[in-house]
Parts: sequence; structure tokens; C-alpha cells
Amino acid sequence: MASLALMYLLLILLMLGADVWYGFTNVSGSELARIFEQESVRHSILLTLFTCTVTAVLSVIVSVPTGYLLSRYRFPGKLFIDAILDMPIVLPPLVVGLSLLLLFNKLPSDALSFEDLLNKVGIKVTFNVTAIILAQFSVACAFSVRTMRNTFDQISPRTEQVAQTLGCSRAGAFFRVVIPEAWRGISTAGTLAWTRSMGEFGPILVFAGAIPRKTEVLSSTVYLEISTGSLETAVIVSLMMVTIAVVVLVAVRMWDRGNKGGLYHD
Amino acid sequence: MIKVSDLTVRAGGFRISDVSFEIPKGSYGVLMGRTGSGKTTILEAVCGLKQVLSGTIELNGEDVTWKPAGARGIGFVPQDGSLFSTKTVRKHLSFGPTVHSWKMEDVEARVEELSEDLGIAHLLDRKPHGLSGGERQRVALGRALAVRPGVLCLDEPLSALDEETHGELIELLKKVTSDHEITVLHITHSRREAEQVGDLHFRIEEGKVVTI
Repeated sequence: MASLALMYLLLILLMLGADVWYGFTNVSGSELARIFEQESVRHSILLTLFTCTVTAVLSVIVSVPTGYLLSRYRFPGKLFIDAILDMPIVLPPLVVGLSLLLLFNKLPSDALSFEDLLNKVGIKVTFNVTAIILAQFSVACAFSVRTMRNTFDQISPRTEQVAQTLGCSRAGAFFRVVIPEAWRGISTAGTLAWTRSMGEFGPILVFAGAIPRKTEVLSSTVYLEISTGSLETAVIVSLMMVTIAVVVLVAVRMWDRGNKGGLYHD
Repeated sequence: MIKVSDLTVRAGGFRISDVSFEIPKGSYGVLMGRTGSGKTTILEAVCGLKQVLSGTIELNGEDVTWKPAGARGIGFVPQDGSLFSTKTVRKHLSFGPTVHSWKMEDVEARVEELSEDLGIAHLLDRKPHGLSGGERQRVALGRALAVRPGVLCLDEPLSALDEETHGELIELLKKVTSDHEITVLHITHSRREAEQVGDLHFRIEEGKVVTI
């Protein structure tokens, strides 16, 4: 059993190692500087950080109440709703992008779509930053909901009931007792949404495009650079994405441990 | 005083009907019954945690049948203590008074008083993780008593304790409830425990509560 786990671990390390090896042997210092001096790459970095953060916040805001409802309440059609909420996880990414494209540009009708209606109030979605966030959110939030549901499943409803006998309303018990108990799950859901969003590519390409200095995020940069034969830039950007993901994961874990891990104090 | 009259309550597919019993003010009532007989369901109904289908529940002369749990003036100690894993013992004891908007100095005084009475003063800055079973139940009891409830509901609070700790907790329960004239509904399946703590003994037999 351990050897199987070891093999998988080795595969991950070898994949990352291949990137690192290629980067070190094929990219000089001046080449590296040239890559980061590119306006499109710098814009892509900032846009990725911005959209991932917005998506992570939105995912947490939606997944906390959704996960709680799924965990605590029984209602007609719950099984069906539960399955629908998992759909973005199992759907091919391109299908998610295509579905968003159709939703905003073909409904309610070809003549007057949601995109047209939103344009009239000054909101542009398709092939804009909003489309990146929607594409990321559609998939990332499903992972957050699953995480939050599992988190609430592990918190005994008795603690909320005790809080209610001590004078809390249901909402009061939720915010005073459940949210602090669920904090680790919330930070995991947010981190998962953030990192998942950074890796998202298919839906973004279809729904937002990969327009340099407009809708190009790091995953699109990797794709575009590979398409044009610039493997060096693609590898460097990939390594940067790996570094950002690792830094975010480690930072959240450390912050989480510092806040909640001790036996003493709050 | 706890007075339950013709109570019918449902929990999932389970239903218990026409339950009646009375525990006078300051008395210690023990409700016994087999596992799955509905003891906890009745206790939850008294606490306001289970919706009543019919009948009435009076606490100290007031009909609380339709009142929310927090407005009933009860303290509740669940079987496993159900402590708040992220809060210190001090925060557990101050939880109720804080929710009831007590003045800060009153909250602090109450925490000191309770922690001394319950022998948990040395644990005030600890979190529940790592506390022994007896310590956890003392904290749960302190949390329930903090707002000076007139009624205390205990759901098999001693079932997971070793014999020595069990004896200590029984003495503690008898002392704190008699000192403050608290009416108690204590659920257990142990006849010995019931005899040690109770003034009044009830048993659920074939869906009815009978006085022993």
C-alpha cells in the first residue's frame, strides 16, 4: 500500500522536477528577465491573482450556507440538488465554458441575450474579466461546497443546540459556535477555490478567450506560449504557478495552525 | 418545577405519546428507560430542541411549550459534553452570560465562582482537547449553570466516566443542585446512578412514563 503511495508521490515530484530541470538548463538569467519584462506576462500575473482572489471569496460566501443546508437539513429533492452541485466537478472543462457561452449569448433568445441585457446596464461579461471569474467560480465553488459540507458533517449539531439553550438564536449559534468550529474547513475551501481557479483553463478559454492584456491569465499564457513554440516561457510561467500555489498552500496552513492549533487560548 | 402534560413528540420515524410527569421545584428527577425508548426525545422537548405535536410543558409555573430553547431558563448537559472545540474553558463558562449581555465584571465574577465550585479553576485557559472525561463534564456543567438556570437537563452525563470520577461527579451534581434549589431532569439507563442522585424516579415503559 505504501509503495503505491510512494509511486504516486514520485510521479508528482518527477513532473515538477522535469519543469525545474528544463527551466534551469534552457533559460538563462537574461532570458528570465526578458520574460518578466513582457507587459502581457506581468498583466497576466496580476489578473490571475485578482480573479483567483475574487473567485475564492465568492466561493466561500456561497459554499458556507450551501454546505450547511446540505449537511443539516432534509428536504425534498436533496439527492438531486446534491448531484447537480457536483456536476461542475465531473463535467469536461470545455463543456463548462461552452455552457456559459451559450447561457449568456443565446438565452433567453438570440435577439436579446443575457449578455445584451447586461451590456445595457454597462456590464460586459463574455470575453471580459467577469467571464474569467464566472468560469473559475463555476468549477471552484463546487469543490468549496463539497469541502464545507464535509466540514459541517463533522461538527456535532449538539454544540449548536447547547448554544441555543444558552440563549442564542439559530443564527447566533451558527455564528458564535459553528463558524469558529468550521474555520479550518472554511480556510481549506477558500484555498482550494483559489488554487483550483489558478489552474482553470478550458472554461476560461471558451468563455473569456485569451486576449493579451485583457483576459489572458497564467494558464492561458502557458497555452499560448506552447502554441507559438516558446517552451522556455511556458515552463517559466508554469514554475511560477507552481511556486504561487505552494506559497498560498503553505501560508494558509501556517496561518491556520497559528490561529487554531494550540491547546491554550482562543 | 418541571411539569409535562399529555406530551406527544416525534423524532424522525419515532413517536412518543401522552407523556405526563412532574418534578417539584428543587427536586432531582431521574428518567430511566431502555436505549431507544425515547428518554432523550422527551428531554429535548423539555429543552425546546424538539418540536412538540401536542401537550404542554411548564417550567416553574410558566407554559414554555412554544418558547424557543434560549427563553426557557434551562441548562443542558449532553451525554458527551459537546464542548466548543475552539473555545477555552473560560469562554465556555462565560458563553451564556455573554449571550445574555451581562456586564463584563459580572461575567468575570461568575466565571471565577463557578470554576472554584466545580474544581476547574486550573483549567480556565485550556481548550477542550486533552481534557479528561470528568473535566469535560465539569466544564459542560459549568457552562450550563453559568446563567443560573432554574432547571437543569442532563442527558446521561456520567455514562462515559470511570467509577471514581463517576462518584465525584455525583457528589458535585447533588451539591450544586441542592445549594441553588435547581430542578433537575436527569436521564440515565443506570439504576444505581438513579438511586444515588434522584429524589424522584421515572421509567419509560411501553411508551408511557411511570413513577417508580
